[in-house]
Amino acid sequence: MYKGGKIIASLIIFVGLLTIPFFYNMGKVNAGPEINLDTPAILALAPADQQCVESPEVMKANHMQLLNQWREAAVRDGQSVYINSQGKSFEISLQNTCLNCHSTEAEKASVTGGMSNPAFGSTQFCASCHDYNAVQPLCYTCHIGSKEAAK
Amino acid sequence: MSINRRQFLRRAGMLTALGFGGAVAFTGFRKKEVAEAAEYSLKQKAVLATRWAMVVDMSKFKTEDDFNRVTEACHRLHNVPDFKNTKDEIKWIWKDDYHHSFAGGHNQYLDEHIVHSPFMVLCNHCENPPCVKACPTQATFKRRDGIVAMDFHRCIGCRFCMAACPFGARSFNFKDPRPFINEVSPEYPTRTAGVVEKCNFCYERLAKGEQPACVEKSNGGLIFGDLDNPNSEVRKIVSTKFTIRRKPELGTQPCVYYLVGGDDHA
Repeated sequence: MYKGGKIIASLIIFVGLLTIPFFYNMGKVNAGPEINLDTPAILALAPADQQCVESPEVMKANHMQLLNQWREAAVRDGQSVYINSQGKSFEISLQNTCLNCHSTEAEKASVTGGMSNPAFGSTQFCASCHDYNAVQPLCYTCHIGSKEAAK
Repeated sequence: MSINRRQFLRRAGMLTALGFGGAVAFTGFRKKEVAEAAEYSLKQKAVLATRWAMVVDMSKFKTEDDFNRVTEACHRLHNVPDFKNTKDEIKWIWKDDYHHSFAGGHNQYLDEHIVHSPFMVLCNHCENPPCVKACPTQATFKRRDGIVAMDFHRCIGCRFCMAACPFGARSFNFKDPRPFINEVSPEYPTRTAGVVEKCNFCYERLAKGEQPACVEKSNGGLIFGDLDNPNSEVRKIVSTKFTIRRKPELGTQPCVYYLVGGDDHA
């Protein structure tokens, strides 16, 4: 190969530079999101009722699909009650069902009137994962933290 | 070592097929299992109808306070912002004068009292809603109970519906409304900039078995019920007393009736 040595050496340097971030972070423990599941609203429930609308596995994997289904059902079909796979009923409401449990007093205080874009300062339970994954859903530009938020 | 064109194409084809096959193997067989056994239903308390309608009894709207009380109840519940200028104004239920409400040839010497009194106006929840036809995303749609509802998630802010509505019942959020809401009501979401909004006959309250907020605060000035039900109060009023509707000549079949004059009503 013509000037093979130089080419191969340059390639090695190039690949090395390219992979610096990977080697730099290798072995370092990546702190995952801290999901706060012991909010006062959840702790106040009876242990049997502490499960979310569906099992944690289903919620982790499919909460976005479920929220989309809820939206279709409540807004377009006028169905305001969700009966889960165990036969328990829940009112379909992001504000008054989901966020009633998944927010704490401190977060409630931060979500008040006059806030122009609460998407980033919003309820920590959702934000903890979404920030970590750099997902920015627009739910909170319209939906309000929780029932007590405005009080 | 060199390959000819035929060999190159064959290998490239095989690799492509492998790539597609691999993709299917990864994504195609993965099942989306969203709550299989789940169901949706109505609340037991929900009030149902096939054709919601409203009668506005103008004899009950006498003072400024009668109008403001109703408007405020609605606007506070639904987080309607107050921009303090008419260009950006957002309104769900408001008062307007006779000539704007009932535009079109009126008698030259009409009852002075009626011509000069303001009227409570809101979305008419038409039976043939032109806004629904105009909406390119089906964000505005007609529910089975006759309510012309909006799915704010789908609204792209094209404002075709505002142009289509002959009653001016729709408002557009030119700015982020959040800073202009004095007291945020947790019962209902706010809107975002670039979305059209209007009265929804309080379908979220009907689903809970409650009457619309304006009806509750109107001291009998607004009567709400199922027009298809011969025993409902709205049907009785509409079928026994003389009522008028806004711009009936357009054929949209508004569902808001105005009870003016006659009997003890003035």
